[in-house]
Amino acid sequence: MAPVQVRGTVLTVRRVDAYVAMTVVAPAIATRFRPGQFIAVAVGGPQSSMLARRSFSVHDVRPDHGGTVEFVFGPREPGTQWLADCRSRDVLDVVGPLGRPFPVPRDPVSCLLLGVGTASAPLFSLAARLGGRGCGTDFLLGGESADRVFGALTARRTGRSAVIVTADGSMGSRGSVTDMLPTVLQQARTDVIYASAPLPVLRSVCALARRYSLPVQALVPESAMTCGTGLCAGCVLPVAAGDGITRMARACTEGPVFRGEKVRWDDVGTIPFDAVGAPGWKPRQGAADAPARSGGRSDAS
Amino acid sequence: MLPRGPGGGPMPADMRVKAGHLDLPSPVLTAAGCAGTGRELAQFTDVARIGAVTTTSVTLEPRAGNPAPRLAETPSGMLSSVGLQGPGLDGFLQRDLPWLLSRGARAVVSVAGHSAREFGELASRLSDAAGVTALEVNLGCPDASAAGRPFSLDPGAAGAVVAAVRGSARYDIPVFAKLSPEVPDVVEIAKACVTAGADGLSMINTMPGMSIDPVSFRPALAGLSGGLSGPAVRPVAVRCVWQVYEALPDVPLIGMGGVRTGRDALEFLLAGAWLVAVGTVLFHDPSACSRVQRELEEELAARGVDRVTDVVGRAHEAEGYAAERYGWA
Ligand SMILES: Cc1cc2nc3c(=O)[nH]c(=O)nc-3n(C[C@H](O)[C@H](O)[C@H](O)COP(=O)(O)O)c2cc1C
Repeated sequence: MAPVQVRGTVLTVRRVDAYVAMTVVAPAIATRFRPGQFIAVAVGGPQSSMLARRSFSVHDVRPDHGGTVEFVFGPREPGTQWLADCRSRDVLDVVGPLGRPFPVPRDPVSCLLLGVGTASAPLFSLAARLGGRGCGTDFLLGGESADRVFGALTARRTGRSAVIVTADGSMGSRGSVTDMLPTVLQQARTDVIYASAPLPVLRSVCALARRYSLPVQALVPESAMTCGTGLCAGCVLPVAAGDGITRMARACTEGPVFRGEKVRWDDVGTIPFDAVGAPGWKPRQGAADAPARSGGRSDAS
Repeated sequence: MLPRGPGGGPMPADMRVKAGHLDLPSPVLTAAGCAGTGRELAQFTDVARIGAVTTTSVTLEPRAGNPAPRLAETPSGMLSSVGLQGPGLDGFLQRDLPWLLSRGARAVVSVAGHSAREFGELASRLSDAAGVTALEVNLGCPDASAAGRPFSLDPGAAGAVVAAVRGSARYDIPVFAKLSPEVPDVVEIAKACVTAGADGLSMINTMPGMSIDPVSFRPALAGLSGGLSGPAVRPVAVRCVWQVYEALPDVPLIGMGGVRTGRDALEFLLAGAWLVAVGTVLFHDPSACSRVQRELEEELAARGVDRVTDVVGRAHEAEGYAAERYGWA
């Protein structure tokens, strides 16, 4: 359903370990929302000098007050610090729900939900949706330290299993989610991976999943987005479409959820030479005639 | 006493702007490259009710654009180097232009090329299509025959491109030349474009800037530098409009650069713009075009202005606005 732009009243602002969780009353967004979608929030007030919207995955929607939307962030720069300083009853300009939601399988399969830091936030409403379809959900959550693992408690309570890893070992095992992934995949007998994490993690997860021939639904971070609505074309990454042709896709509109094997992770931040419209690119006469070359820095393995 | 409208409020001003073959219901447009294909904008704004949608500059071939990161927030502005990502002329004619037409939007089609010949070809092929309200010539593109120096910096190069577009475009499609503020004398370029056949002028395009990320210690954009836009550049844009209006008071001007509110739009009109475009602010407020249009209507009504065209260039008249007509003097 089409996104809406609303003025939402802040209901609560809570500290959650190293992060801030904010709940905003926005019935029109809450009722349209599907797991994986995000919102784009204007920061700094009506005369703000900060013109980029800050985009956040929706953590959860609830029916109270006609419909509320919760999102989680680490206040790291002036825009998100301004947000963190908002109080209950402040009014925010919010656009949403935006982007392509997580596709959910038709059959009751075994799903691994992998998240790092605040990027784990969208996995919990997804888990509820998957559960409703009879899918088993296992969690693999990570973070720098215990206070930067989001949702460990919920994962343990609601997941069939939950493995936690931290870089400093302050919660769960010491290491990274990618270290633990092979073990977890085997123990959980995973059929599908849903991953939401920084790009380097998504890249490793997708590379590993390929070895196990497992599909990945990867949610790329919204932090690279400027407008969130598709207008600015700032948040592009190279994605191979169903026809095998690579195009520069906007994470906000074609994503933020992508099929892992379609994203050319090694070429993110570049324009692969075989992307449509790359410098020197020529339209293919017919797919059969096309030279079988792989692009840029990507290895063909 | 101000004239009263039907509801007892001030009479709404007539927002229609006519200039030669151009006839728009409102002076508020989108700026090139800031409204997506129109579809993204239409989720938040009735594209049929704003003056026109200016497209991202259309190129002959598809373009992948520049690597990301392509945008960086700066104080009251934005640095960008998107690199004209787009489907190329064929894709534009097949998908984007018909869509705008189907929604009742007027399309100002921005064109970009590396040579006068490319510009001419774009103009000629677009002239055969239905739904082109006007052409806007993006002179900010690198000139292949001048080692990539933008056409907009040289009166001869700018004039040659404009002449090629005017010469190839259908007679009843107005041609606007888009100027850069990054020249010692914007009037010189403006005159060269008008002499070459431009029916109107748009200003300003972005101006070069740079920003370094204090976290990564590297330039914020993959392209290192980018174009600055947004409210931060508005005084530069107003100055350009002012100077060009002084020199060429009869040439229709589209003013742009950081328009955020109806008051900002009014500022451009007073400086001499017939039309105003909203660009970067759309990233902050995707409904900004409709809002600016409404606010401008209110600003005009509050001052008892009957027609929006009445205020165009008003700032050049020695006598200012009579303060008591505000009602608070
Ligand atoms: C992301 C972005 C993309 C742009 N793309 C184009 C373009 O394709 N063609 C063009 O002539 N100008 C382009 N511009 C310039 C704008 O149309 C406008 O001239 C300039 O940004 C100043 O207006 P603003 O401050 O309202 O954005 C672009 C600007 C931005 C920020």
